[in-house]
Amino acid sequence: MNVNEYLSKGKNEVKEIIKEAREINKKYNYFNYIDEDATGGKGKLSNLPVSVKDCICVKDMESRAGSLILKGYKPVFDATVISRLRKEGVAIIGKTSQDEFGFGSFSTNTDNIPKNPIDVERSTGGSSGGSGGFTAITKYTHVSIAESTGGSIACPAGFCGVAGFTPTYGVVSRYGLIDYANSLDKIGVMAKKVNEIKPVFDIIRGYDEKDSTSLKLDLNKDEKIKKIGVIKETLNVDEKIKDAVLSKLKDYEEVSLPLVEKYGVTAYYIIALSEASTNLAKYSGLRYGESLDLKGNYNEYFSDVRSKFFSTESKRRIILGTFARMAGYRDAYYLKAMKVRNLIIQEYKKAFKKYDVLISPTMPIIAPKFSEISKLTPLENYMMDIMTVGPNLAGLPHLSVNAGFIGKMPVGLMVIGNHLDDNKVLKFGEKIE
Amino acid sequence: MKIDKELIESISKNARLKLSDKEIEKFSHELKDVLEAFSKLKEVNTDKVEPAFHPIKIVNRFREDIVKESLKQEDALKNAKHKKDGYFVAPKTIDK
Repeated sequence: MNVNEYLSKGKNEVKEIIKEAREINKKYNYFNYIDEDATGGKGKLSNLPVSVKDCICVKDMESRAGSLILKGYKPVFDATVISRLRKEGVAIIGKTSQDEFGFGSFSTNTDNIPKNPIDVERSTGGSSGGSGGFTAITKYTHVSIAESTGGSIACPAGFCGVAGFTPTYGVVSRYGLIDYANSLDKIGVMAKKVNEIKPVFDIIRGYDEKDSTSLKLDLNKDEKIKKIGVIKETLNVDEKIKDAVLSKLKDYEEVSLPLVEKYGVTAYYIIALSEASTNLAKYSGLRYGESLDLKGNYNEYFSDVRSKFFSTESKRRIILGTFARMAGYRDAYYLKAMKVRNLIIQEYKKAFKKYDVLISPTMPIIAPKFSEISKLTPLENYMMDIMTVGPNLAGLPHLSVNAGFIGKMPVGLMVIGNHLDDNKVLKFGEKIE
Repeated sequence: MKIDKELIESISKNARLKLSDKEIEKFSHELKDVLEAFSKLKEVNTDKVEPAFHPIKIVNRFREDIVKESLKQEDALKNAKHKKDGYFVAPKTIDK
């Protein structure tokens, strides 16, 4: 049943969905934690079952961002999105599995790897893999609160065949989010259908004094679509993916965004890894998370804890990010990437003078098999984000919506809008779904 | 630039990570690829371009300097394993 119908009928299926989640989890690994006693309440979202990506703090519920270094960490507070949702009566049913700290495109960089609901030999995509998989498979009404840094909502939405929305940067408070990269992280919503997203998005969005990057601006009211631009460079993919995407559109023009295509991934990873390497400095076995016996001096202790509990991918990203910020390299890498980001934002802004929305495939491939993923080098892995890093780097609202199938596997279409055109993006997504 | 064992060791020391010889060997190969790709940005002319530290303009916000209720001490300590008399216990910072 659609969220809107569920709410208007005053339904309550919280108990049933928890039972289902427990069963499904045995085979698919969508949850790191399920709250058996979750209950809803009264409000605009009465008794709506909501799952939450593991990196978003929920009071008294283990929140470890898919990482072993945060094992056992139970936040003593709710993230702003969670407290706003609770006020409106939702039931938080559990924490969904993900790549450690969001570090990945396939949810394989973690101890609890979610499997694609259509084919268990394939990935759900990442990093919000558990959110995407469970949203697709559940028989009940449900939405998931997910998070994107470089495509972590759109990618699993595309691979699992659901709708995944990432708002304009700063529209939804990041307070209580276990951060990956502060200038890129955005909390968003996943649901089976696009029109289920807005009732939840309207509750979680809006200024929050606890987040210094939270915007005080209203969303644009104009939702009219006059002109559609398809990003030319993104059509250089498998013909079947291209056909599925274009079959959903009537009138469109092709538009070229050469900087995004050529330098997007590079600029994104330099910024993301630089910020990640500073964010991960707080995991030192002192205030929360895993610890060891207090031995040696503080440098030895911190190094021992971090070396034992961070995964290989986290170590790799810390090394890369630390390098990009080191004296002598900072200007060549980190600062340069920030300047290129400015040029990329300008390139998008120019396109939005002519077009209301921009379209591309969500991912260059369909959900890959685990056996294929294990053969990818780190660089090949990072290149998979080529379609999604652009709008994330520029903080633009974007939505992945199902555009059809290749065999059994879903193909995602991505709608990108200008800053604060979040409602326009959702409206257009509804129309093409 | 040369990506060798010494560079990886110096970065990992900075980042408070102890890497095994195997990890150092693996990372130095992989990082070579990635850093080469990173160097691609040199091609872009960014003269007179300001860095975009955020994707959208962020305005500094100030608030009155008033004491408000904040995290309780017992809550702050709740997730720490090493604690004593209301404090976090940390490893030694000064050697004898």
